[in-house]
Amino acid sequence: MTVIAQNLVWGVRRKGIVNDVSLSVARGETLGLIGPNGSGKSSLLRLLSGLKSPQSGRVEILGQDIARVSRKALARQVAFVQQNAGTDTNVAVRDVVRLGRTPHRAALAGWTAEDERAVSTALEQVDMTDRRAQPWQTLSGGERQRVHIARALAQCPRVMFLDEPTNHLDIHHQIEILRMVRGLDMTSVIALHDLNLAAMFCDRIVVLQAGTVVACGPPAEVLTQALLREVFRVRAEVSLDAPLTQPHIRFLAA
Amino acid sequence: MTDTDTQEGGAGTLALFLGLVLLLLVIAVAFAAAIGDYRISVGTVFLAVTNGLGLTAADIPPIEQSVVWDLRLSRALVAALAGAGLAICGAILQALLRNALAEPFVLGVSAGASTGAVAVIVLGIGAGSLSLSMGAFAGAFAAFGLVALLSNGATSGPNHTILAGVAASQLFNALTSYIVTTSGNAQQARDVMFWLLGSFGGVRWPDFQLLLGVVIIGLAICMVMARSLDAFTFGDEDAASLGVPVARIRLILFAVTALITATIVSMVGTIGFVGLVVPHAARYIVGPLHLRLLPVCAAVGAVFLVLADIASRVVAQQQTIPIGVVTALVGVPFFAIILYRARPQT
Repeated sequence: MTVIAQNLVWGVRRKGIVNDVSLSVARGETLGLIGPNGSGKSSLLRLLSGLKSPQSGRVEILGQDIARVSRKALARQVAFVQQNAGTDTNVAVRDVVRLGRTPHRAALAGWTAEDERAVSTALEQVDMTDRRAQPWQTLSGGERQRVHIARALAQCPRVMFLDEPTNHLDIHHQIEILRMVRGLDMTSVIALHDLNLAAMFCDRIVVLQAGTVVACGPPAEVLTQALLREVFRVRAEVSLDAPLTQPHIRFLAA
Repeated sequence: MTDTDTQEGGAGTLALFLGLVLLLLVIAVAFAAAIGDYRISVGTVFLAVTNGLGLTAADIPPIEQSVVWDLRLSRALVAALAGAGLAICGAILQALLRNALAEPFVLGVSAGASTGAVAVIVLGIGAGSLSLSMGAFAGAFAAFGLVALLSNGATSGPNHTILAGVAASQLFNALTSYIVTTSGNAQQARDVMFWLLGSFGGVRWPDFQLLLGVVIIGLAICMVMARSLDAFTFGDEDAASLGVPVARIRLILFAVTALITATIVSMVGTIGFVGLVVPHAARYIVGPLHLRLLPVCAAVGAVFLVLADIASRVVAQQQTIPIGVVTALVGVPFFAIILYRARPQT
């Protein structure tokens, strides 16, 4: 197992947001994290990636307890893509992607061939190579998201956490980004809102409700009509092309 | 826009630019030493400096030797260091607070300094053993301590820290006003206020040595952390995910800027505008990456303040205009040009 979380608990003041969550992600697996607004998806992702410290419980990544690893060492193995991170600074696409090399560089060390290779590969992977000199402010929302993912890829991580990476993107870019992430030889955990996209691109899905895991397994097993009614409070028809393949969800009015 | 595509390849251009600015600095300092109510030729200035350094023993009038070496040169060099220090502090605070309006006094340092100065001069705290500068320095750090406390050791978000700075500034300004209005001695109060507006009058070599040490150490620490500062481009959490120990870096850099600013304020008062504008101008020239930005800020800030000091002495005959007035009068038109040229091309 690449990522193992045991009994994670976290909250703000007395309000529990993540309540006793345990999960594991296998090497190379793409795990989808779904759940209604406020179910604790973003908080759980931050606990898993070490951006927040749990009140109790522990996270192990690649066999190491992340609470005992330095920030910098962790960032060489784990990347995190926020939703809609913006800036007023006039930076070029390439500068943003170069930031991904931060954990690999000493304070005053020069730019190495390996850094250059990581940056150009990352730019290629998100298809932004010919936009490398373009200023950040002139990019569209989808392009910005792709640049953020390129920056995460430049970290050369073995595990990637993405918090709703397809928010505000048109359907073409939603599919493009998820297809790309899934195609990487990398372990990834993705918080998603679109259930059909989660079914299309995730090996397994974890469903969160009020900070606890209510279901976990392959999309066809998890995304049932009963679960959608109970957790998301929607009526839906779930059709399977064949048993245990990708489920398709059709929401019903009223 | 700068060509950031050749960041490291541009090291040569950066060195050339820095070299030019430093040459300009030498010329500006030479003029600062020559120009004044008592005019001295640049040649004499050169000889006075080499005499002062013990390199030559040229025969020049002792009065000119003394004016150049003891008064004007130390003054010009302190102005250069103050400009460099304020510009570096401004660049760092703008990056850490992710706010284009951040400047060295945003953390309440100048308000604290004025309270400290007033407490020493008007209330006589320290019974004459404390100088005005030491009072100002203590006040500045008291204000910074309050801000650090209010913002949980600067670990809260940028806006929280800015608000804490505003609160501290208000508190210390109120304390200053209270002390000034309740004290009977209006002349003392006016002296303090004039001093706070900024003046290089009265600085001497020991000031230069102290400030040189503070600015060099401060710049060195900031350069080591320059890469981490770049990682703050998309916010604190993003910096953390890039492996930057956010809380530690913030606290260290806030403390460094407070130290530099407090030292400058306690020597020459509150000189506004340099710390706000020079970083923006420098960013326009070399781009936003701090390894390039910080040295350029230091060099441009130094030249700017030396020139402003010359202007403050020559604009009005027989009078010295507060340096803060000059920095704004000279700086605003210059800044307007940059703002105009850098406007969004849409």
